[in-house]
Amino acid sequence: MERIALLSPVCSPRLQNYPLYIRSVPTENELKFHYTVHTSLDVVDEKISAMGKALVDQRELYLGLLYPTEDYKVYGYVTNSKVKFVMVVDSSNTALRDNEIRSMFRKLHNSYTDIMCNPFYNPGDCIHSRAFDNMVTSMMMQYVK
Amino acid sequence: MEGLTLSEAEQRYYCDLFSYCDTESTKKVASNGRVLELFRAAQLPADVVMQIMELCGATRLGYFGRSQFYIALKLVAVAQSGLPLRVESLNTVKDLPLPRFVVSKNEQESRHTASYASDADNPASYSGVIPPPPGRVQAKKGSVSHDAVQQRTSTDQESTSPVVSPQQSPPTSPHTWRKHNRHPSGGNNERPLAGPGPFWAPFSEAQPGSSAAGDPIWSGHSPPPHQENWVSFADTPPTSTLLAMHPASVQDQTTVRTVASATTANEIRRQSSSYDDPWKITDEQRQYYVNQFKTIQPDLNGFIPGSAAKEFFTKSKLPILELSHIWELSDFDKDGALTLDEFCAAFHLVVARKNGYDLPEKLPESLMPKLIDLEDSAEVGDQAGEVGYSSSPAEAPPSKSPSMPSLNQTWPELNQSSEDTAIVHPVPIRMTPSKIHMQEMELKRTGSDHTNPTSPLLVKPADLSEENKISSSVKFVPGNTVADGYSSSDSYTSDPEQIGSTVTRQRSHSGTSPDNTAPPPPPPRPHPSHSRSSSLDMNRSFTVTPGQQQAGVVAYPPAVPPRPQPSQGTGPHVHRPVDAEGLIAHTSTSPQQIPEQPNFADFSQFEAFAASGVNEEEEDEIETHPDVLQAEKPSDSASSLRAAKTEGRVEDKAATSVPNNTGKGTTPLAPPPKPIRRRLKSEDELRPEVEEHTQKTGVIAAVLASQPSIPRSVGKDKKAIQASIRRNKETNTVLARLNSELQQQLKDVLEERISLEVQLEQLRPFSHL
Repeated sequence: MERIALLSPVCSPRLQNYPLYIRSVPTENELKFHYTVHTSLDVVDEKISAMGKALVDQRELYLGLLYPTEDYKVYGYVTNSKVKFVMVVDSSNTALRDNEIRSMFRKLHNSYTDIMCNPFYNPGDCIHSRAFDNMVTSMMMQYVK
Repeated sequence: MEGLTLSEAEQRYYCDLFSYCDTESTKKVASNGRVLELFRAAQLPADVVMQIMELCGATRLGYFGRSQFYIALKLVAVAQSGLPLRVESLNTVKDLPLPRFVVSKNEQESRHTASYASDADNPASYSGVIPPPPGRVQAKKGSVSHDAVQQRTSTDQESTSPVVSPQQSPPTSPHTWRKHNRHPSGGNNERPLAGPGPFWAPFSEAQPGSSAAGDPIWSGHSPPPHQENWVSFADTPPTSTLLAMHPASVQDQTTVRTVASATTANEIRRQSSSYDDPWKITDEQRQYYVNQFKTIQPDLNGFIPGSAAKEFFTKSKLPILELSHIWELSDFDKDGALTLDEFCAAFHLVVARKNGYDLPEKLPESLMPKLIDLEDSAEVGDQAGEVGYSSSPAEAPPSKSPSMPSLNQTWPELNQSSEDTAIVHPVPIRMTPSKIHMQEMELKRTGSDHTNPTSPLLVKPADLSEENKISSSVKFVPGNTVADGYSSSDSYTSDPEQIGSTVTRQRSHSGTSPDNTAPPPPPPRPHPSHSRSSSLDMNRSFTVTPGQQQAGVVAYPPAVPPRPQPSQGTGPHVHRPVDAEGLIAHTSTSPQQIPEQPNFADFSQFEAFAASGVNEEEEDEIETHPDVLQAEKPSDSASSLRAAKTEGRVEDKAATSVPNNTGKGTTPLAPPPKPIRRRLKSEDELRPEVEEHTQKTGVIAAVLASQPSIPRSVGKDKKAIQASIRRNKETNTVLARLNSELQQQLKDVLEERISLEVQLEQLRPFSHL
């Protein structure tokens, strides 16, 4: 089971993180994943602020394992524009290693920047890009057998 | 049966259908066979059909009169809309879509209908039509006079199509194809196609987003199956096409029967044209696109920025979502700008979309940049089958995948240079290890500071290297090659920190760097044996020749500062922060100063000295040193200690004793730290300086001792007091200066501490991982 959520913080008025894109494979227990993703946001924020004292440049984008629970592991990644990627994978999926998670996040980031290039996409909108969907699907299919 | 009110469109449609069913030309009764066929074509469940027939009264009558037929058709429409079949619904339901009939005689058609049914879920049907999936597909077969229709279509379309700006040459090829596809797969299948003709005209009024249209969806089933997927478009028929079709279809009604030969001719034509890529841009289209491109960007080799393209295509009044998808398809190199090829592809897609074509999931081969106008019948078949990125040409986004998700401005350039598919091998990330190393080293050095306060060898180099790190000084203490080794590697990583934060960030990524320079060789591995700033390396430092001063670490692109190698000739002198060095050395010297201070007060020694007369000689000798050292102190340049000493000695020997005396008073206090401050290369040097130091203490004692001896002679009291006052003032100034230097040292140490804390903070998150 795997779930990918893209959350973007709104820098101004609302100051809340709202999801730009949530995808889950398979699709049951979605609500539980939603909840997990939201709770992991706290950890993400904490990690960001912890590193914030140093120069921003030195901050790693890959946040690593945010926290493991008995069922699943949560990985985080944040871009320089504070868009957060959260990935929830099943704990039983031990084949997924850190490097693979990193590469997945990298691909996500690449696709996200592709979306950003699209002049018709307004940052902050929900992501409807088919290319992005395809990428996410193929990635999840590839890694989550 | 109550009266049935039909709209004009329905009226015409039903009339046509009735005529179709009226095989016996009775104008009164529709043949049951045909009607049943028609109802079967409506793809309704059998019981629904029975219900319809019952409702319309045909069962009662036993035949389908015109009115029954019309009622039946209306009920079919109702059923297809998913509404319950009621007699009342005949007149009450407004805006009922026209009944759709699928003629599934042909194997291809049925297959195609199946594919359409599956594609019905395709969210890409932007037309906004909400037809029930089974009834969606309509194989409009038909009219024979394709050519005539085509021409009229194209001309009409030019005038009325509400596409982007004055469109002179709409894409005729897709329409060509389209007409060809309306091939009659059987004699009796032609009629229904004529049916839609009449009602296309009213559809033109409600064209954009008109969901009430009983969409004449043309099936592209006749061409090879590869076109199925993307051909399934829900037509919002272009106005002119409809208008054109209408008169044509009227003609068709009369000529439809004479099909056989025309059918085959059409089939042949269709088959030949079906292998034409429907997405192919004709020359005139391309010319038009190029002209449009020029209006935005005069340089044909240039780019249209995203914002300009956005404005341009927004004029086409397509929904933003569709435009977004078109952009995704056409911006091949994902750079946010459109080249001429990309622009033509985008324009072509926009035009196609305006004319009712569904957007493909993937960019068609013929629209790919540099592949336009490529006759590729073989590859056309690949369009539908290919998934994802596997079919993209080599220059596609996979060239970007090795690059890291850097958000710097450099990455678009990287993508644009699609030839640059060379994967830059990962640069070893040295940030973390070297940082840890730096910390290690600094900790060790600070530890060594505390543990070996009296060992100038260890302390001074350590101090210097620490301070170098802290002050980001470019030059390195020659006294410690270990520090150099690390510093060079650390400077390699720390220079990027200072120089470009972007570089650092990039290195923290997947490791590929957008730097066009060759990936630098990894910094030298720090030797664990040299992790301590031990005096072992002092020997190494001596062996290094001065000629190596500039060689340093030339290999590293970020200019590692030249490593001024220590040599016996050049002292530790300095590099820039000579004062800082000196000040830091004060920490080391402070312990040594402490023993001095008691000597200050130890006037008894000086009395003895004064009594002896050895003073003079010693003072002479010693003076040279203080003067030498004093001369050295202001000298910031890398002057050798010995050279200065020798010079000083030469100079001082010629000096008179009087100025030396006064000099003595001032200098002895300041210079005492000097010999210690100097980076001693050899212990040999240290020893004589230590000796000098002790001698200096003696000098100080002598100086101070002279004071109590003065008041003895009464006659010189006043003068002596004044002299002593003067001397006290001088010592005051000296002490004040010392104090300031110590304060400076304290500040430096505090800075060190802060930097260490910062590094600790930086490293703390790593402990989480």
